Amino acid sequence: MPAAAPPPLPVPTLDDREFYAAARRGELCFQRCTACGLFRHYPRPICPRCLSREYSWQRASGRGTVFTWTIVRGPTLPAFEHKLPYNVVDVLLDEGVHFVAEVLDCPPEEIHAGMEVVATFVAVSDEITLVKFRRK
Amino acid sequence: MSDTIRDKAAVVGIGQTAFAQSLGRSELDMAIEAILAACADAGLSPRDLDGLVRYDIETTDEENLYAALGQPAIRFFAGTPFGGGGSAAVLVVAATAIAAGMANTVLVYRSRARGRRSSYGAGKHQGGRYWEKLGVELAGLNAWHVPQGLVSAFQEMAMISMRHRIEYGTSDDQYAEVAVAFRSHALRNPAAVMREPMTIADHHASRMVSDPLRLFDCSIETDGAVAMIVTSAERAKDLRQRPAYILAGAMSAGSHHIRLSSYYDHPREIDSPTRVAGQLWAMAGVKPRDVDVAFFYDFFTSLVIIALEEYGFCARGEGGAFVQDGGLAWPHGRLVSNTNGGQLSEAFIHGFNNTVEAVRQIRGTSTAQVVDCELAFVAGGNTDPTGAVLLRS
Repeated sequence: MPAAAPPPLPVPTLDDREFYAAARRGELCFQRCTACGLFRHYPRPICPRCLSREYSWQRASGRGTVFTWTIVRGPTLPAFEHKLPYNVVDVLLDEGVHFVAEVLDCPPEEIHAGMEVVATFVAVSDEITLVKFRRK
Repeated sequence: MSDTIRDKAAVVGIGQTAFAQSLGRSELDMAIEAILAACADAGLSPRDLDGLVRYDIETTDEENLYAALGQPAIRFFAGTPFGGGGSAAVLVVAATAIAAGMANTVLVYRSRARGRRSSYGAGKHQGGRYWEKLGVELAGLNAWHVPQGLVSAFQEMAMISMRHRIEYGTSDDQYAEVAVAFRSHALRNPAAVMREPMTIADHHASRMVSDPLRLFDCSIETDGAVAMIVTSAERAKDLRQRPAYILAGAMSAGSHHIRLSSYYDHPREIDSPTRVAGQLWAMAGVKPRDVDVAFFYDFFTSLVIIALEEYGFCARGEGGAFVQDGGLAWPHGRLVSNTNGGQLSEAFIHGFNNTVEAVRQIRGTSTAQVVDCELAFVAGGNTDPTGAVLLRS
């Protein structure tokens, strides 16, 4: 990667490292409340619905639909300038959680609400694999 | 209602620097000028100050500021989190301190060297765009969005705006109505940065920055500082300016959404601006239709339309229709708003320049003065946490 514009990357924490470990395996995993069954994202040590602290990491289907979106035309960070214009979407996954990501290989004019997408995985460093989406 | 802040405090001094796209001055230098101007306006010395409320993200060094102001005996200090959400909440906190007897002369201010050309170093306290200084090791909720290319608030608000369009059909023409109305106000305001007339066609011709937001849907990037002095309603009567009484104020936090992380996990009815609205109108004992002039946190035209709905000036989904046909424009709009030109056309001092203009409306000294203005509404950014106040004559 060019030294002038290194990409900003997440630094996994004790609360979310399972997410990144799963992504490295090519799996999209979310926390699921043991008590009430709610899937949640972003990771946090308590259920926002029933306040139970019991949860497990569950593999999600990776399927969802575009709930809202934008086409970033700039300005943006130097690390992303090479791909302008690019899309950012909020995907509503079948499990009921929202996830902000990018739909790969989709021209800006074809992004639309309700578009069916499926998760894909892009390794960007030894530790970090980003979850992206493709059209179904 | 005797236990609330209702009518307990008043704004008695206002001050500001020049506003410009780049002033080449430090935040501290600008803050001091605005604070001294506010003190002079109130007929007070900085050494009379005994309270300070500011935005958490203010970058002027607090200790350095105290030293610069002659070391006033500060006995109350507090901050409000998350940027523009605090632009009215700072007054709520100041009024709360005064109502509780914890301070009697409270300074509130905001200083920003935020012009695109105003970064004078790599540090976060050295001006420029905050999002260009996020670094490459992301902590907190930024870690879930910035690596995907969602790097700044305008892209996040673009996605919220897009969803409002998907649900309600809000249009480019309606966005333009907001920008054109506020620009028409700026043309009357010598302090405003944007002084060129704007038409709906001009708006549509401006470049798209993050769909559906065009350049003219976005607040401008400027330098400048504004300050206010708040004191008790009782003491306000003895000072030189016509007081702008804080009739009511409210704050709300809890439905956190910055960077969209959980914004769509809950119904819009429990968003903080909507909760603030319920508290505010109840405390004040007035209704939205009683408001003479309104100040919305106009970081984007679309968010003004959404705020109209959240605060009950119209029904949900009807904000777009509300702003049509000059709905927010002085002097004949159905709700004259942001008479300084707002953050779209006067300056972007994190909403606090709008709050200063609300005080001018109550005093009767605006350059787009609403006749017999008795009640001004001011909202912080429709993010979370946020707040709103009602000022009265």
